[in-house]
Amino acid sequence: MAYQFDFGSLWEYRGVIADGVGLTIRLTAVGTVAGVGLGIAGAFARTSRSPALKAAVGAYVEFIRNTPFLIQLFFIFFGLPVLGVKLSEWQAASLAMVVNLAAYSTEIIRAGIQAVPKGQIEAAEALAMSRLQIFRHVILGPAMRKVWPALSSQIVIVMLGSSVCSQIAAEELTYAANFIQSRNFRAFEVYFVSTGLYLILAVGLRALLKLVGWSLFRRRRHV
Amino acid sequence: MPLVELAAIWKSFGQNPVLKGIDLTVEEGQVIAMIGRSGSGKSTLLRSINGLERIDDGTILIDGEKIGSKDADLRTLRLQVGMVFQQFNLFPHLSARENVMLAPMVVKKASRKAAGALADAMLAKVGLSDRAGHYPDQLSGGQQQRVAIARSLAMEPRVLLCDEVTSALDPELVNEVLAVVRQLAKEGMTLIMVTHEMRFAREVCDKLVFMHQGRIHEEGSPAELFSAPKTPELAQFIGLVEAAG
Ligand SMILES: Nc1ncnc2c1ncn2[C@@H]1O[C@H](COP(=O)(O)OP(=O)(O)OP(=O)(O)O)[C@@H](O)[C@H]1O
Ligand SMILES: [Mg+2]
Repeated sequence: MAYQFDFGSLWEYRGVIADGVGLTIRLTAVGTVAGVGLGIAGAFARTSRSPALKAAVGAYVEFIRNTPFLIQLFFIFFGLPVLGVKLSEWQAASLAMVVNLAAYSTEIIRAGIQAVPKGQIEAAEALAMSRLQIFRHVILGPAMRKVWPALSSQIVIVMLGSSVCSQIAAEELTYAANFIQSRNFRAFEVYFVSTGLYLILAVGLRALLKLVGWSLFRRRRHV
Repeated sequence: MPLVELAAIWKSFGQNPVLKGIDLTVEEGQVIAMIGRSGSGKSTLLRSINGLERIDDGTILIDGEKIGSKDADLRTLRLQVGMVFQQFNLFPHLSARENVMLAPMVVKKASRKAAGALADAMLAKVGLSDRAGHYPDQLSGGQQQRVAIARSLAMEPRVLLCDEVTSALDPELVNEVLAVVRQLAKEGMTLIMVTHEMRFAREVCDKLVFMHQGRIHEEGSPAELFSAPKTPELAQFIGLVEAAG
């Protein structure tokens, strides 16, 4: 007998799904704001004249980029308690997202910084600006503008990667889907719907990031 | 007391000595033109005067004060010594007016209003009041260079260094920039400029400095040096330039 599709059976779980979507969005928001913020700080640190600081940030970036996200998450959630750092599922998932995106955005933003012509930095130096002032007012804007598309893609990747947080029972969208499937055994319907929701989230996030980029980098006219 | 005093400046890039014991004094209000072949160390010398290059040996005195090599010392130095580059180097994300406003606001903590008024005055001085809201990529090379001059002047430097400020310009845009420099000279600004514009150097400068292989080979009034060069190198250089020009 052919399989009888029954999307109606998901209706009673709509609250669980909504909560899952909500948590995915919150994880992404925290990860993005803190991760990109730390990425900016990390990229600035990599322009430092202190070899020790540069090496430390470089090691962090390479460490995160060359290990699986799931292992990073397990380490934070299951490993850290051994050292007395006990985090809730939500805290551990957020921290993993932040730590991960911070490393990738450090690297992405660094590429943007390197693209700023040296002459502009020298001109700023000749105007008696300090290193931090030059970074903030001369380098950061053009660098972020240049790498915004790459950064946006990375943010979407990290949003989709948050799916992995279901493995520590952080109740985001994938966790919700697994939970429903274990109750009603409607694997096709559940994962069909959750796939669609991820798709909507990703497309929506890209549009949002495009808007943010546009408003951050548009030329303001105040003559 | 001279405004700028360089004594025994040495500078190498790796094994390559580029400045080999430069002594130079510049009085307040003097306009100095530096000429010399490509690679003779003119840019390196200018860049050393405002700390973009670290010298290996020698002393730099500005208004009698010795400049150290710490960051804070360099910033004090740069508050007195402005610089305009061959390639303009405007900040592309800022309008002409914002380019001029930036350093007064972040370095001198001027209010936005005060910096704006200052920028308007400086842009008027270089004849660009009507371009204040334009971005660098909407300006011609000559206009960009005039904005760059306005941006330096807004910091009220005591000396302005100009490194071949017209060399990147199309010929028809050279004069509008030279006119601004000429006006600055007339107003008593102390200028040290590297230039290939011999006629301009002859007309505007008080002192001509001929650099050759990392040394000041000859210096004196432009009239003297142009009409009666003492060294064969300068004679040849002038001949070359006049033949080319
Ligand atoms: N950052 C650097 N690293 C290594 N060598 C350099 C550097 N800057 C300049 N040099 C070398 O120093 C010498 C002097 O260069 P400088 O730019 O001061 O010459 P210049 O007189 O300004 O020449 P031009 O008329 O071509 O501008 C050249 O041999 C150049 O190759
Ligand atoms: Mg040069």
